[in-house]
Amino acid sequence: MNFKTFAAFVGPSVIMMILFIAFPLASVLKQSFYNTKPIYETVEVESCSPGFPDQICVTEKKSVPKLDDEGNIIETTEFVGLQSYSNVLELERAWNAVKTDGLIALQSIDFWKALRFTLTFTLITLPLVLAGGLGIALMINNATSAIKGPVIFLSLLPFIITPVIGALSINWLFRGDGILTAFIEWYLGRDVSLFAQAWTIELLMMLYRVWHVAPFAGIVFYAGLQTVNTDALESAVIDGASRWQRLKYVVIPHLTPLIVFVSMIHLMDSYRVFEEVVGFSSQGYVISLQWLTYDFLVPDQAGNRSVSRASASAMITMIGIAILLVPLLRRTWNDHKGGH
Amino acid sequence: MSSRALRQPLVLRITSATFLAVWCLVAAFPIFWIMVMSFKSPVDAFSSNPLNVIFGPSTRAGGNGLSLLDIIFGIIVIWATVRIATKKLPGMVEAYSPAGQKWVGWVIGGLALVLGFLVTFFAILPAILDVLNPMLGPLGRDIIGLTTEHYKTVWVERGFSNNFKNSMIVTTGVVVVSLTFGTLAGYGLARSGSRLAFAILITALIFRALPHSVLVAGYLPVFISSSEWLAPILGENAPTLYGKPFAVIAVLVAINQPFTIWMLRSFFQNIPAELDEAARVDGCSHFQAFRRVIMPVMWPGVITTGLFSFLLGYNDFLVTSLLLDAQNQTMVPAIAGMFSRETTTTDQVVAVAAAVSITAPLFFLVMLFQRQIVSGLTAGAVKG
Repeated sequence: MNFKTFAAFVGPSVIMMILFIAFPLASVLKQSFYNTKPIYETVEVESCSPGFPDQICVTEKKSVPKLDDEGNIIETTEFVGLQSYSNVLELERAWNAVKTDGLIALQSIDFWKALRFTLTFTLITLPLVLAGGLGIALMINNATSAIKGPVIFLSLLPFIITPVIGALSINWLFRGDGILTAFIEWYLGRDVSLFAQAWTIELLMMLYRVWHVAPFAGIVFYAGLQTVNTDALESAVIDGASRWQRLKYVVIPHLTPLIVFVSMIHLMDSYRVFEEVVGFSSQGYVISLQWLTYDFLVPDQAGNRSVSRASASAMITMIGIAILLVPLLRRTWNDHKGGH
Repeated sequence: MSSRALRQPLVLRITSATFLAVWCLVAAFPIFWIMVMSFKSPVDAFSSNPLNVIFGPSTRAGGNGLSLLDIIFGIIVIWATVRIATKKLPGMVEAYSPAGQKWVGWVIGGLALVLGFLVTFFAILPAILDVLNPMLGPLGRDIIGLTTEHYKTVWVERGFSNNFKNSMIVTTGVVVVSLTFGTLAGYGLARSGSRLAFAILITALIFRALPHSVLVAGYLPVFISSSEWLAPILGENAPTLYGKPFAVIAVLVAINQPFTIWMLRSFFQNIPAELDEAARVDGCSHFQAFRRVIMPVMWPGVITTGLFSFLLGYNDFLVTSLLLDAQNQTMVPAIAGMFSRETTTTDQVVAVAAAVSITAPLFFLVMLFQRQIVSGLTAGAVKG
């Protein structure tokens, strides 16, 4: 295929990606160094209130946004360098807090709180998803073929459900005296409130995420199990390998590429954890990095969006993505070189 | 195939089956439960006794319920519908649809069946049962509380149908546009082993990992001020892109594009290159070969990719909630707003009903396209 035809086929898609992915990325990078704000001016305002025998008048200086002829607020954009970054990171405050109260004190600062949660969430759910997925795959593989279809159908439901709605549905089961909270209370014989402290909420979020992603891992692994070499398994039996050894030395090595694939996808996706915070409305207790950016972008009560801070926080989030991506890219690169 | 050496002892088989049953329960329970909740009065829906939630005594006391007779008749109608759909319908489509246009037959047949079911189930059946129930004594007494008032509140009073319409506009747009761009690019990339093609794929992979909030942070200021910077090109009528469904469609298509081209590329690689080479030998250009030889055989891959594009557009919360204004809001942000704003239990149940309304189409989607979804999940994985 010559270059011209190739360009004709791929061009529209590439232009789309440049326009809507590469360009916004560049503009986010630029925004993070600039700050747009209204120009304020100081005016003297004399306010009088009725009094006896004379009016009581107070003159005070107020800063009000400057308006142009049509009554719109005039805004300026100025280069602020790394200021937005330091506003997000709050390094000085964080350092002081750590010095006086230890690492726990970082929890009081939004960014560090979000970073802590995002990382724990990612690292704890990963092994659970892999183990859960492998378990589901082995069980489906074991089942008689008549029930495989319906079982796969049921397994797909948690995966396909809208993330916010999935989180909400778990939320409703536990919130207040929800049915499962009532069950736990009955079992423990005491009152439990799962939404009153951060760690229980985090636990529920992880539970939700595993429920949501394990079916995906399960189905990918199940497809992999179909291609396990039966001869290798049989020779392992003849060599006296136990069931566990066969799983460990024959099946798992066969699935390794799939395990790597699922881990990569899961790392990328769970690093972007966001919907859980919305679904569990946990922003008072637990927030994630992507939620932080989102929150900066949502207009506050005065209708302002802190775009430059959002951009800074987005760029910081990207650093984590870059670190995650290195092994994935190396693997793809090696595959490509091996394939040609 | 299965050899004696690999046969499993009974205990292991039973354990495995038990765990499988537990998993199925875990997978389906939350969805099933919110569905049950959405049909009950608030007192029942948030009752801490599961039996109250299922049987709904206070819903029943409010005069809304199903008798044994209702349930039996309902099951018969549903069963008959399923029988017709699986046994009769394929034959009728085969017999009556014009040759080569079988999908027309399926669409018409499907619509007729759905319409027939709705009329029977919601109009004819209640009319008959209203007469029968009082005559049959204990059989006709309500045993399960059930009310559809929350659905009425959601769809009629809260204007959820408007959100539904917006969701449909956005998802249809996303699917159509991303497939058009994606099939061309996927085909080009699959048939070219050049360094450039590889570079594009790697870049797409990096783009796939980007958090969506990063991109939205890039769009927002540009979209809000778009009428200013578009004015030199489009003049007075330059639109503000913020709040417009078509802008959101473009954004979602772009976000989805990396995934789409990777997936379609792997499907196109499965179509033997000899096929289009033969067409080229016979004198076709690349585009003619694509149109006459590849297009007829590419539909399974395209349908699968389309399903995942649909899910992306339908499930999105972040992009739609930030880039659409209130009157163009799609379903998911609408219900998240409903949930966090309202505090009375009635409002909560209304939100539950809205959540079930969003989930129902996905349920049918899995039912119809289970095989395609599974093949889509494994397509990227098995080949790496």
